[in-house]
Amino acid sequence: MNKRHYIRNSSQDLRLFRWFSAKQCALPTPKMTENGLGHREKVLNMNTMNPNVKRVEYAVRGPIVQRAVQIEKELKEGVKKPFSEVIKANIGDAHAMGQKPITFFRQVVALCAYPDLLEDNKFPDDAKNRARRILQSCGGGSLGAYSASTGIEVIRQDVARYIEKRDGGIPSNPDNIYLSTGASDAIVTMLKLLTSGEGKTRSGVMISIPQYPLYSAALAELAAVQISYYLDEDKCWGLDVSELRRAVEAAREHCKPRALCIINPGNPTGQVQSRQCIEDVIRFAAEERLFLMADEVYQDNVYAEGCQFHSFKKVLFEMGPEYSNTVELASFHSTSKCYMGECGFRGGYMEVINMDPQVKLQLTKLVSVRLCPPIPGQVLLDLVVNPPRPDEPSYATFIKERTANLEILAEKAKLTEQIFNTVSGIRCNPVQGAMYTFPRLTLPEKAIAAAKEKGQAPDMFYCMKLLEETGICLVPGSGFGQRDGTHHFRMTILPATEKLKIVLENIRAFHKRFTEEFS
Amino acid sequence: AYREGGDGVWMELTEGVVNDARYAAGYLASGVRSMKILSPLSNFSSQIRALSGISGVAHDKMTDKAVFTRDKVLTIHTMNPTVKKVEYAVRGPIVQRAVQIEKELKEGVKKPFTEVIKANIGDAHAMGQQPITFFRQVLALCSYPELLKDNMFPEDAKNRARRILQACGGSSIGAYSASQGIECVRQDVARYIECRDGGVPCDPDNIYLTTGASDGIVTMLKLLVCGEGPTRTGVMISIPQYPLYSAALAELAAVQVNYYLNEDKCWSMDVSELERSLSEARKYCNPKALCVINPGNPTGQVQSRQCIEDVIRFAAKEHLFLMADEVYQDNVYAEGCQFHSFKKVLFEMGPQYSNTVELASFHSTSKCYMGECGFRGGYMEVINMDPEVKAQLTKLVSVRLCPPVPGQALMDLVVNSPKPGEPSYNNFMKERTATLSLLAEKAKLTKEILNTVPGITCNPVQGAMYSFPKISLPEKAIKEAKALGQAPDMFYCMKMLEETGICLVPGSGFGQKEGTYHFRMTILPPTDKLKILLAKVKEFHQKFTKQYS
Repeated sequence: MNKRHYIRNSSQDLRLFRWFSAKQCALPTPKMTENGLGHREKVLNMNTMNPNVKRVEYAVRGPIVQRAVQIEKELKEGVKKPFSEVIKANIGDAHAMGQKPITFFRQVVALCAYPDLLEDNKFPDDAKNRARRILQSCGGGSLGAYSASTGIEVIRQDVARYIEKRDGGIPSNPDNIYLSTGASDAIVTMLKLLTSGEGKTRSGVMISIPQYPLYSAALAELAAVQISYYLDEDKCWGLDVSELRRAVEAAREHCKPRALCIINPGNPTGQVQSRQCIEDVIRFAAEERLFLMADEVYQDNVYAEGCQFHSFKKVLFEMGPEYSNTVELASFHSTSKCYMGECGFRGGYMEVINMDPQVKLQLTKLVSVRLCPPIPGQVLLDLVVNPPRPDEPSYATFIKERTANLEILAEKAKLTEQIFNTVSGIRCNPVQGAMYTFPRLTLPEKAIAAAKEKGQAPDMFYCMKLLEETGICLVPGSGFGQRDGTHHFRMTILPATEKLKIVLENIRAFHKRFTEEFS
Repeated sequence: AYREGGDGVWMELTEGVVNDARYAAGYLASGVRSMKILSPLSNFSSQIRALSGISGVAHDKMTDKAVFTRDKVLTIHTMNPTVKKVEYAVRGPIVQRAVQIEKELKEGVKKPFTEVIKANIGDAHAMGQQPITFFRQVLALCSYPELLKDNMFPEDAKNRARRILQACGGSSIGAYSASQGIECVRQDVARYIECRDGGVPCDPDNIYLTTGASDGIVTMLKLLVCGEGPTRTGVMISIPQYPLYSAALAELAAVQVNYYLNEDKCWSMDVSELERSLSEARKYCNPKALCVINPGNPTGQVQSRQCIEDVIRFAAKEHLFLMADEVYQDNVYAEGCQFHSFKKVLFEMGPQYSNTVELASFHSTSKCYMGECGFRGGYMEVINMDPEVKAQLTKLVSVRLCPPVPGQALMDLVVNSPKPGEPSYNNFMKERTATLSLLAEKAKLTKEILNTVPGITCNPVQGAMYSFPKISLPEKAIKEAKALGQAPDMFYCMKMLEETGICLVPGSGFGQKEGTYHFRMTILPPTDKLKILLAKVKEFHQKFTKQYS
């Protein structure tokens, strides 16, 4: 079988030649006889690599982003384009889009990194106090020491207090808190724990369509079964229990459904779940014996009037002990979104509720292999859950910065929806929360045919053309999943307001041009 | 009527049933899982059924299975079986007990010692080593760029910070970087490798920044795993090994193929042993990769150039992907020893090797003279990787978005440290040299003192941060350990922890030749504390030997 490949092209022939000469002069071993030729193939090639990894797809950083990076390089090299810069609206990366970090957070991180600054009188006392407290809980008083694998203990305590406060006093046990390397890390870890069985008993995990592709990617890598349930675009991407039931029943024929993942506020779809809807979901999970995973990283990003963030934990406990004592839940949060947008620090946590104690031990063991989440990220998370208090010197500035960030996001969420809905052929649900809009596109038949000819999804074809003509980098809806025959893209609402207006105008003009061209 | 009349009554009733059912579930989970157990529980299930009818909480699905419904979805029996097989001794039961003892001490419990000394893990800062000033100055500047206006920082620190910030999205270390790592950091890494390897070229496109070296190692192992049964991927690892490898292989359900280091020859690696191990493994799996840790963890040996050449030749001949864990590359203490990177030796062996042998080598910010474990910085360089596989690797790492940016910044400083002529150079060199010479002194001290103890024999600590001495244990102790279901060296270390507060890792956590016993101890405690620690180990060993003779 190996021999099929070994004379493929001239460079390989050349290497073959080298190999023979090597054999004669340097490698006089008996094993090198007949088998020797086969060795010209790589040990690790497309046929021998992990097949699960091949199935992984992650559109948010997929081919369109790679092309965007290439175009940026071309622009730098002076290649002429019909635009002067690439605008990356593909990823929820607030700082890259110009959002400024929260001053207090960065002061404390700087103090922790270089404690000589504690002598400096330009830092406020509350920042210094936070830094001292964090350093005291680090080995050797240094951010450079490993922490416990579940995270620094005082930070886990602060997280628990934060959750209690957020949830109106429902108790949170620091032993249920695991700090993580961004939320992604914890989500993958939980999915890993849940995966078992073979064939019809293989674990199935329910994820929404559209979904954030971390989920599909992790399931592909773990060779778990993805069970898709569809959000209802006509009802503002609402989640409906009858659809959950349809999905789980269909899945039971070929796998063992064991978990249900929810993203609230939604990514890429921006909906905010009502309290009633969350209750229905919890009841469904209880009935169907599903482990609940609640991805709540956008919990502060709620813009629409009448919408409010309800944590799954809070609703679960308000539903009474028959639920709160039994339903297993993991909820995830991160430093990357909300008003802080500190993606680069890779800070995050998960809280596990009703987890089997033996499984919890296994989880603790599993995370210990990677030693610990990055300490600067743990520090930043601590500041998020323990921000300046009203009586502290940094409070006023902190609140000002926080409010400004959230207000601008709310403004941009509205702006995006309004402008898109003026374009014929683009229809956009309100961006109730999170950081994205996921409008539906009407694409002409001819464009769909042209895309198919190129072997591309029609919305990939659309987004690629948009990128080439305008420099705007979006992610096609096909990367998140969508109902057959519908087409979308995901765009972040993060560019600075003035820039966002230009982006929206450019998309409007492009869409018109595109529709005309293919009509 | 029932429901309207008494929500309170209902609540009470439900709670009662739930508690009973949970008790039952616990009973089931505790290992008694025969079907017979169902019958005494049927009462609960009918109660639940009755209740669900009333409350409307649960629908028809909740019928006979209701009791089982109270069992967890995720239990030790339903969880991922490969995760169960994972073991990681460096943070295993002995360390958990050490943490507990620390708490007991704090609570005032009397012990024959006043503090726990954790010599179980290579965590330099936790043992009092100070960070490199320049590195931390730049990190503070990157975190809070307002400080760039401050004149308390040297110009070279400011320049480094400006350069890193310029390469970040929105000039903030809070932005995601490219998944492979910040481009200018990867370029700096490539230049550093070229300089280290005497000019052998290095392409920044072959550099992947990682979340500590562990992340890079696990990712590479993940790529390599495929096949089922006798075609399942086998990976050769040394025994003793750093347990990240065995843990990752267990999780990936890959086959661990052991080759033994030769303790009598200072833990050296011998090609005939590699050959033995490989030919045995070929009977039941498909060996595809060979992992080498140099300088060695836990064994502290430094490989000779000749040995590396032999290993490369072996990998070429046997068609194995090479993984070189070189995170201790600056930690070489013994006279006559020198660090040779696998990459450099590979390229010096000529194109028939350097054009064909696939190699991934790993480095990190956690060890060497900097010991910045908490930042989780690292990189790997891949050589001769199939371009299609490289594209897959890039895709795979993109799912996790990017390694932590502060760790990337620190990695940049390690590979682009102050240059002669820059204001921070002298101080940097002073700090770096002081740390490395202290480590060298402690390496020597450890070996010398341990070798004065009858029943302990210790190879020279040529490099890295650990000593892995052999201990002879009395028959009686071995018997007692076995009666407790413990590995004899676990029994020994646990007893040492309880009696002296010293936390070591038993050799069984790293693997060792059958019938031999060891422990791993870091050489990181400050010299004075290390001396006390060694004296206590000596005393304990003598007492232990006497007690079981």
